[in-house]
Amino acid sequence: MVAHLIRLRFRLLANSLIRSPWQAVAVGLGTMYGLAMLFLAVVGLLFLSAAPEELGRTVTVLGGAVLVLGWTFLPLLSSGIDETVEPAKLATFPIPIRTLLLALAISGVLGVPGIITTLAALATSLVWWHTPAIAVVAVICAIIGALTCVVGSRMLAALTVRISSGRRAREAKTVLVLIPLLLLGPAILAVSTLFREFRSLLPIISDVVSWTPFGAIWAVPGDLATGRPGLAALHALVGIATLVASTAVWRWALDRALERPAVSTATGGARRGLGWFAVFSGTPTGAVAARSLTYWARDPRYAQSLISVPLVPAIVFFYTGASGDLSGLLFVGPIVAVLLGMSIYTDVSYDNTAFSLHLQTAVSGRADRWGRVIAVSVFAVPTTIILTVASVWISDSGDRLVGMLGISLGLLVTGLALSSLVSGRFAFSVPAPGENPFKARPGGGFTLMLSMFASWTALAVLALPEMVIALVGFATFNEPLGWVALAVALVLSSVFLVIGVRVGGTMLDNRGPELLVQLQRQK
Amino acid sequence: MPENPPLAPALEITGLTKRFGEKLAVDSVNLTVPRGSFFGLVGPNGAGKTTTLSMATGLLRPDAGSVSVHGLDVWSNLVDAKRRIGVLSDGVRLFDRLTGLQLVTYAGLLSGMERTVVAERAADLLDLFDLDSVSGTLVVDYSAGMTKKIALACALIHAPQLLVLDEPFESVDPVSGANIRDILHGFVESGGTVIVSSHAMDLVQRMCDHVAVIADGRVLASGTTDEVRGSSTLEDRFVELVGGRRHGKGPEWLRIS
Repeated sequence: MVAHLIRLRFRLLANSLIRSPWQAVAVGLGTMYGLAMLFLAVVGLLFLSAAPEELGRTVTVLGGAVLVLGWTFLPLLSSGIDETVEPAKLATFPIPIRTLLLALAISGVLGVPGIITTLAALATSLVWWHTPAIAVVAVICAIIGALTCVVGSRMLAALTVRISSGRRAREAKTVLVLIPLLLLGPAILAVSTLFREFRSLLPIISDVVSWTPFGAIWAVPGDLATGRPGLAALHALVGIATLVASTAVWRWALDRALERPAVSTATGGARRGLGWFAVFSGTPTGAVAARSLTYWARDPRYAQSLISVPLVPAIVFFYTGASGDLSGLLFVGPIVAVLLGMSIYTDVSYDNTAFSLHLQTAVSGRADRWGRVIAVSVFAVPTTIILTVASVWISDSGDRLVGMLGISLGLLVTGLALSSLVSGRFAFSVPAPGENPFKARPGGGFTLMLSMFASWTALAVLALPEMVIALVGFATFNEPLGWVALAVALVLSSVFLVIGVRVGGTMLDNRGPELLVQLQRQK
Repeated sequence: MPENPPLAPALEITGLTKRFGEKLAVDSVNLTVPRGSFFGLVGPNGAGKTTTLSMATGLLRPDAGSVSVHGLDVWSNLVDAKRRIGVLSDGVRLFDRLTGLQLVTYAGLLSGMERTVVAERAADLLDLFDLDSVSGTLVVDYSAGMTKKIALACALIHAPQLLVLDEPFESVDPVSGANIRDILHGFVESGGTVIVSSHAMDLVQRMCDHVAVIADGRVLASGTTDEVRGSSTLEDRFVELVGGRRHGKGPEWLRIS
């Protein structure tokens, strides 16, 4: 049965790759990237074997702890949880929970990230190859550590997504997950700043970490190498207890998820009236704008792209502001502008096959494009202006205000233009409506990132004029040049927006049916 | 109608073909749906019903063949043709984070209608489909039958002349189903044309005056319901045409005693 379920996982992966060759390319590239990382890790660990044992211990403990933490929490942050074999879909089959648990754990290990993590963990034994007995212990600890990684990710997935029953509760929870994520970024950065400034503290930190569930198991070989078997036994105990406890929690969460599969049971309170539809004009463009804005407020997938907005000032502050020089905050406006400008990049993909209503009603591509741009502009333009003004004010560089506004608004509107162009042509692999917004399809995120990267490059080139003028103005303390930059930004980006919407709209008019076929394939 | 000049049929499909990779999903289908008819399209799963209807309504580009609605070529006059067609697609999502009222309003506004007209018709449609009490509930929280009804309301709001409904009665309760049938009959009596695809042979036989049987992407029979079924029931005739009926009671191990 276990082997059967694992075969199912690979069968599903293979089939999805056959359906979309680009996804296969993406998975291939991801694998190569992982192998490169693995190679670097192995080389580094080999070098470490020549260093003092104390250093080897510090590095393996901290590295291992980061690995476990990353596995447990990172899926929520970026790449998503691989739900190729979704427990909820197996609920109808009479599979004993033990078997299911084992199968899910093994299929987690057997993914590309799982294999690379396991190999990297096993490579930690290379640090201790001088003493074969310790190296053997290190191999055992590495296996436990790698299993903890996989179980940790599965546990959090089961806890955050599957416990809930009812759409509203589920959505509330996914948004709640965002709050610790907001704090996580600055926290990591604060810690890494500490690392840079207090290198001598690292051994002490690793001592502390070695008592946490994340680092304990990785400390065992180092303890033995530095001649502390008692400590090694205690650390091993904490490490094994961690694995056992997280398995138990996962089992409990999975059990609940299977007993109460996430079905929509909520009958929410009724809403009166037309909402945004009564605010916008009664034209197709106005209707699309009202619909989009309603989705920005109601759909957790859009909330996911909005978390970046408060995240950016926090990260920039922690990166640059901690040293006392606040001028780095000037980056906040442009970065947020780029993120918001590109936020409608996957808009049609988020619509999924509901987009067929746009085709059925023969709404013009241009109205479709404008509506989406207007909806995001309603909050993106004020947000960009406010953040730019605030960052200029806080960093006390008032002479740069106009130029910064030029750069930010130029990037925002040019970004909207590019998004309008691209989202009218391509359907990306994104979570479907109602799905976990953090859910990833194998390689899907990578394809999206690849095309995003190309678009960012295009954006940088298109917004170059206003950026160059503004920067020259800053460098020569020439304030009127700031006004030139703002004027150039407004004119140029508006022209781009009109072109982007028209060309994107025409493509939508001409290729709407083909786009729908693409969307149906993503379903 | 011998004294009237011959009107173009509501829907005329000639040589319609669609290939998905290796599979020929629709194989040069010819179909004529007369004006004012209640037309049933029946066929086994995967017969190409949905593909044919998608191509007929301008949602899926055909590889070959032509489709015209009231004499107007659909694929060269997409906007005008779509204004005359109301579509209920099977297996596509709705913008289900909108309330029922918002969704119907959205469909109307997208069609380019005046806001006041949309508001009036949306209220009428919600009343007609007994969705008044849930007009403020998000469509994602609707039951399957309610979702079908709200999608039907979206297909009707721009007052089309031709209604193309893919599986309109699936998961609709009997009372709502009867109400929908009454509405559709009223629509046909007033001169509109309705095409429904369905698995329910009894229903099609009672409801439709014309019927076409489609299997493996080909039309096996087409005409008035009485012509197609002859002396037997539509279901028997369908099984006879399509084949694949098994005789026997299943394997030995599946019998309890």
